[in-house]
Amino acid sequence: MAWFKKERKPRTSERVKLEIPADAWEKCDRCGHIDIRDRFLRAFNVCPNCGYHRRITAQDYIDVFVDEGSWHELDAHLRSTDPLGFENYRERVELAMKKAGPLEGVRTGYARLDGMPIDLGVMDFNFMGGSMGSVVGEKIARLTRRSVEKRVPLIIVSASGGARMQEGVLSLMQMAKTSVEIARLRDARIPFISILTNPTTGGVSASYAMQADVIVAEPGAVIGFAGPRVIKQTIGQDLPEGFQTSEFLLEHGMVDAVVPRSELRDTAAQLLRHMAGRKPAEAAD
Amino acid sequence: MATHTLDFERPLLELERQIEELKRVAGEGAVDVAKELQPLEQKLSELRVQIYRNLTPMQRVQVARHPKRPYALDYLRSVFSDFVELHGDRLFRDDPAIVGGWARLDGQTVMAIGHQKGRDTKENLRRNFGMAHPEGYRKALRLMKLAEKFHAPVVTLVDTPGAYPGIGAEERGQAEAIAHNLLEMAGLRTPILTAIIGEGGSGGALGVGLGDRVLMLENAVYSVISPEGCAAILWKDASQRERAAEALKITAQDLLQLGVIDEIVPEPPGGAHADPDATAETLGSALRRHLAQLGKLRIVKLLKRREEKYLSMGALSGK
Repeated sequence: MAWFKKERKPRTSERVKLEIPADAWEKCDRCGHIDIRDRFLRAFNVCPNCGYHRRITAQDYIDVFVDEGSWHELDAHLRSTDPLGFENYRERVELAMKKAGPLEGVRTGYARLDGMPIDLGVMDFNFMGGSMGSVVGEKIARLTRRSVEKRVPLIIVSASGGARMQEGVLSLMQMAKTSVEIARLRDARIPFISILTNPTTGGVSASYAMQADVIVAEPGAVIGFAGPRVIKQTIGQDLPEGFQTSEFLLEHGMVDAVVPRSELRDTAAQLLRHMAGRKPAEAAD
Repeated sequence: MATHTLDFERPLLELERQIEELKRVAGEGAVDVAKELQPLEQKLSELRVQIYRNLTPMQRVQVARHPKRPYALDYLRSVFSDFVELHGDRLFRDDPAIVGGWARLDGQTVMAIGHQKGRDTKENLRRNFGMAHPEGYRKALRLMKLAEKFHAPVVTLVDTPGAYPGIGAEERGQAEAIAHNLLEMAGLRTPILTAIIGEGGSGGALGVGLGDRVLMLENAVYSVISPEGCAAILWKDASQRERAAEALKITAQDLLQLGVIDEIVPEPPGGAHADPDATAETLGSALRRHLAQLGKLRIVKLLKRREEKYLSMGALSGK
């Protein structure tokens, strides 16, 4: 029978419909790439298409760095008071606690990374833009002091818009406070790695974030002293493409390396082994 | 005088005009005006004292920014002697927004470092309105290390709207420059005496302001952000600067209470610009007194106190 005389079957519409829940998909904020959520998650919330590093929580970073089950939170009870009586400050802090949890703009603790003891501080941009007030300064200072006392390497993951306005000059003084402890850490020759994430600006970049032995930045993060908006306003012209990104800082000699999120853990471990005089990973065990 | 009158000084201006007029008439020799002049002059000085005693925070900002206010180089000539200016960071260029060099205070050699604003437009362009680039902070650090080497104390005079937010400044690492200064100042093995003489603009001020003692002129201000900047961020309206200046607690009195500064150096009625000589006199004696006290401390004790001073700053609850 000639093929063109073949009897056609009537079309039916009984294709099996896959039940895909609406929230199974994620869209990249930068390139618009749509992919299964799981693929975003497995890539540490980095877009599988363009490599855009989405903002992740402090807990996510803790999970990136620490060996499972080794995290011990420190100074979880420190709270900001309202030393200036700044209008709406208390309300804003309460709101931030609802949004980002009760642990303020930085979480600190001790843990293990590839079996090595570390002190880890992770800033949380979701808590009032990671702004540094008295609590952030004190937690960083205490963590650094612990590093000196226990002779444990320090890793700080920064994400901050700078000093917290609502605590006025006391916020500024946290730059001095943390610097005092970091200076002691340096004198004690304890390794200190700073990880810069999007964004790291103002009082945080002008203190501990830039005082480390090795400074590593996530790709595409905005890092600088002044924020881009302020600069644009000051000089009255548009900023060059890529200005103040991690790659820009690398090019200008301000950071040691730009490292994708998926490699942060291994890079940090490798650096620590070098600076602590340990054997390479394969030879460890 | 008339060109730089602040709005709240207008009542003074009116009185001054009357006094001038009387003097002019007297100059013509027709009448004896002493009788009328004396009460007017007394009223003027009383009014000046009264106005300056009740300045709002934003008015103090205006005084701190007054174009006639004495700047670092003025004090380097009036308070200090034997000043030799040293230039450059040895890395990129000399930043005229920060000046520094060897000087004598009470006969003793010190390293004096300060922000420097310009007196006129031309000088302001050169000095970038006292807003330093990274090379300014690096020059300051170089001079501090030099002071440490020769066991000379460091005296810093702070007067800046802030570290400059510009493209070159970011390219050359403004944040790193300030961060590095803080790290080094925290452990600098020589006394550091700081005076906020005008504007203490955030990280740009602290970058040379981590002192063992921090003094502050009565009408100087010290803030984490300018009132205009704060208002723009919090209320999307820079004209709310009065409200922001009030909220930020930026006056010498506020900062003494918060434990951020150690002493207020009084200014003459009418502010430092009304009588620069008198201001220099008071500032000079305060600097000499503190320097003498710091000089008595052994380095170990000095550093320990410096550390304790900054570690204790902040407001916390919950242990």
